[in-house]
Amino acid sequence: MTYVGKPVDRVDGTLKATGAARYAAEFPYPDLAYAALVHATVARGRITRIDAGLARKTPGVVAVITHLNAPAMKPPPKPTPMDLSTMATSSSVSLLNTDEVHWNGQPVAVVVAETLDAAREAAHLVEVEYTELPATVDFAAEEANARPQKNTLLSSANTQKGDAEAALAAAPFSVDLRYTTPGVNHNAIEPHSTTAYWDGDQLVLHDATQNTTWARDQLAIRFDVPKKNVRVISPFVGGAFGGKSLVWPGTVLTALAAKVTGRPVRLMLTRESVYRTVGGRTPSIQRVAIGAEAGGSMTALIHSSVSRVGKVGGWTEQITTVSRHMYDAAALQVRQSLVRLDALPNTIMRAPGESIGSFALESSVDELAYQLGLDPIELRARNEPARNPVDGKAFSHRLLLDCFEQGAKEFGWAERAPQPRATRDGRWLVGMGVAAAYHPAWQFQANLTLRLSADGTVLVRCGFHEMGMGTATAISQITADTLGVPLDAVTIEYGDSDLPGAGTAGASAQTATVTASLLDACEKLTDGVFALARKTPGSPLRGHRRQDVTARDGGLYRDSRGESYGEILRRAGRESIDAQVGSETRLGELTGQVRFMSKFLMDRRRWMKAACGAQFCEVRVDAETGEVRVSRWLGVFDVGRVINTKTAASQLRGGIIMGIGMALAEETLVDPRTGRIVNASLSEYHVPVHADIPTIEVRCLDDPDPTMPLGVVGLGEVSVTGVAAAVANAVHHATGRRIRDLPITLDKLL
Amino acid sequence: MKDFAYLTAHDVPTAVRAITTPGAKFLGGGTNLVDLMRQNIERPDTVIDITQLPLDQIEELPDGGLRIGAMVRNSRLAAHRLIRTRYPVLAQAILAGASGQLRNMATVGGNVLQRTRCPYFADLAARCNKREQGSGCDAIGGFNRNAAIFGASEHCVATHPSDMCVALAALDAIIELESVRGTRRLPLVGFHMLPGDSPQHETAIAPDELITAIELPDLPAAARSRYRKVRDRSSYAFALVSVAAATEVRNGVITEARLALGGVAARPWRAHEAERVLLGAPATEDSFLRAAEAELTAAVPLSQNGFKIELAKRAITATLRQLHVEGSAA
Repeated sequence: MTYVGKPVDRVDGTLKATGAARYAAEFPYPDLAYAALVHATVARGRITRIDAGLARKTPGVVAVITHLNAPAMKPPPKPTPMDLSTMATSSSVSLLNTDEVHWNGQPVAVVVAETLDAAREAAHLVEVEYTELPATVDFAAEEANARPQKNTLLSSANTQKGDAEAALAAAPFSVDLRYTTPGVNHNAIEPHSTTAYWDGDQLVLHDATQNTTWARDQLAIRFDVPKKNVRVISPFVGGAFGGKSLVWPGTVLTALAAKVTGRPVRLMLTRESVYRTVGGRTPSIQRVAIGAEAGGSMTALIHSSVSRVGKVGGWTEQITTVSRHMYDAAALQVRQSLVRLDALPNTIMRAPGESIGSFALESSVDELAYQLGLDPIELRARNEPARNPVDGKAFSHRLLLDCFEQGAKEFGWAERAPQPRATRDGRWLVGMGVAAAYHPAWQFQANLTLRLSADGTVLVRCGFHEMGMGTATAISQITADTLGVPLDAVTIEYGDSDLPGAGTAGASAQTATVTASLLDACEKLTDGVFALARKTPGSPLRGHRRQDVTARDGGLYRDSRGESYGEILRRAGRESIDAQVGSETRLGELTGQVRFMSKFLMDRRRWMKAACGAQFCEVRVDAETGEVRVSRWLGVFDVGRVINTKTAASQLRGGIIMGIGMALAEETLVDPRTGRIVNASLSEYHVPVHADIPTIEVRCLDDPDPTMPLGVVGLGEVSVTGVAAAVANAVHHATGRRIRDLPITLDKLL
Repeated sequence: MKDFAYLTAHDVPTAVRAITTPGAKFLGGGTNLVDLMRQNIERPDTVIDITQLPLDQIEELPDGGLRIGAMVRNSRLAAHRLIRTRYPVLAQAILAGASGQLRNMATVGGNVLQRTRCPYFADLAARCNKREQGSGCDAIGGFNRNAAIFGASEHCVATHPSDMCVALAALDAIIELESVRGTRRLPLVGFHMLPGDSPQHETAIAPDELITAIELPDLPAAARSRYRKVRDRSSYAFALVSVAAATEVRNGVITEARLALGGVAARPWRAHEAERVLLGAPATEDSFLRAAEAELTAAVPLSQNGFKIELAKRAITATLRQLHVEGSAA
């Protein structure tokens, strides 16, 4: 292959570097008006009075929309995977159609003005009074009231194999530990933004979203118009990490403001408004208990979690899922429970579940290794399962131990002094930690069309999403290689709900999902071209069989015979030829979905598919002040075939940085008295700065998964898993201290 | 942001006349005021841009000290040769603060007057006596991990966020103020007020005064000085605890000791107790430790910031030791 597997430059790199790439808040419209939100300041209650008098008098104000004057919308549909068009519902609250307040920060008014400054000023001047109602907002205090959780989105939340508690009690060696992780927020560099306008009953929306189809369907439902009347355009998204999967208040309220004012309206959320209206990751309280024989073989593994949802919505995370797949424990038990809070619904965030679940699991495995006097990698090797531990399914592909082996060699793992607090460099205590990374591999369904033109160019149309990971580049590479054309002959249209739908850019599934349809379409296209050639007099391909012909050098060839696509099309008198996978009709879409679901379920019964990896971390901890600095990092990953070594490495590094943030700094502070987020800004909510991040080395084994399209296993999320545990384990190695509550701030080490 | 009148002052008399207009505010680098205006915590009617005032010089004084114009940008001050050689603690303190972009904009005068970063001060939905006298303090029973351990009151526990001022406190800097009523010179130590029952009064500056200069006294001991900032991440975070220290040691005995702490009080905290212990004591680990202990005796923790007491002790000891062993090398 010419392009696949190479560090190909981003096809949109120049657009992005020069600012020519347009994001949702950058589409110009004549007569554009600007919106700003007014947020509730109580966690639960009713609005008793809204005085917009001063706000309306602000020069430039076009409208102040509150529940007193907003037109009625349809209520948000209850989200269910049975009907994908409902899935983007972020909360059940009928914003601005109710006087009820369900979370501290809920939008209670939208101001529209001629300028952004006027809109924000007037929003400040809207006076709102409330009757407060009792609210449950303190996650930690609610632990005792947690109720068992039945399901996560894709599977049961509880699993048992044998009697794990009894096995734990009988085990000669065991750990039984409690971990906590705080709520955190995505903090994409692009705050959520929407530009909306109505042309009659047709809505056009430029929105920062990672699912244009879900967004379109949600808006059609809310505004009671046919889906075809709504177009959601989102060619570039400035980072999402799950935070732009659902339709959050800003999107709906921009469309509402545009309807009320009859003008195009733009809403760019302030960073504070992002915190107050877009959910983050749930906090968690976890228990991991492991029983083992003296030789390290695990006899029991128990993993349970408490997390939260909002009373008005919230995404449940598969926190304990990792414990179903990682270790060959004879008895196993995973359980999840939930508390319900009067709070903004939490949502999907990079590796929902596995990111925080792997912190607890991989930290406790390290603790067990020290108790047993075994190298933590050796302990993992001794418990590496041959089949999926929870149900005996075959792994489609699993090179976890290879990752550890290669990583250990390169990182110098064996050269470290294994005992804690044994290595010092001046004022710094130095430690190394390791942890496994793991994320299931998913593949959904994409519709796609291909057009090959007589000038040799190829147009791919597919409504996938580009949030910075380089999707358009990867899909261009695969198209070019599969059809044997130069990269610059490929044009891709994406990020638009009018294109054939590709579902969500989530679950690390997008590349595999689009690739499957793309390969099918290329096959159909070349079949079509070959059929044309065969029946066209004078074609050098006449008389050859399809299977003997390959697509290369811009055409179809058998050995030296054959001709370019252009010649074939011109000879046949055609300007272009199309191929299609899936359908844009409602019926076709449904048939496609059913066909896909049956294959999906068959596949799920047969295989356990996942990406995995080994995270190696070196930290330096100031012996007196407890300041932790990550000084070296190596991640070795088994992510199947790598399409683009450059963008893949960037995305893997990004995940590791997010994990370092989670380990050392990030924490959304919710005041337990008011339910209000206290650090709703990037100066008070700490993400890592450049100086916190060393050179991060990443390696991929590049071994294709035989059950996935082109062998691709998604890599968007695996790299954030295991990171916090590797840091915590390194901190223990450096200092002798186990920190089981994230983030590992210096006060916990004093 | 509220609409406001904007004018540029090109000389000090114009500036101090303009500030007597009710609702007027001086605008320096804008790195704090503009943020507060965006958050509606400051809502001035008139903004007087003072960055064009002829106050951007750093001059040697006849008595050996230095006079720093109030409009000198933080990054320029930190890079100045005389600051780096005679007062390294000041250069290090400035470079430990904010980010390169902010330091390029921020002025010396503005840095002195910057407001607390207490999160409840920054949220209009929260109670804050500093913002609205008599409304209450949400920090006392809330998130106070970074609040004061010295000099706080039942009305306010906020800290002053500046790094630069901690060094200035150790150096006994003088603040020069100008108004239509004339010129005043006040020591920086004591310029920032403890909250008491009026936390809205943050400094000794009168509403009609302009900071025109900071003066550093001739202080040979300052050539051997250093700043240590302990924070939650490597850059762009306010101090949990910081230490500015300058010492002179002769024949193993400490003959001059200047110590100030940041992140612990509503003012840069001059550590007089510690200085008393150090002065005349042998330059040993034991003396450093005793000095730290002596200073922290008066510390009062809240629900979440008790760690600062131990952290401050360790940071003081570590800084004095480092200063003794390595000198000023950053």
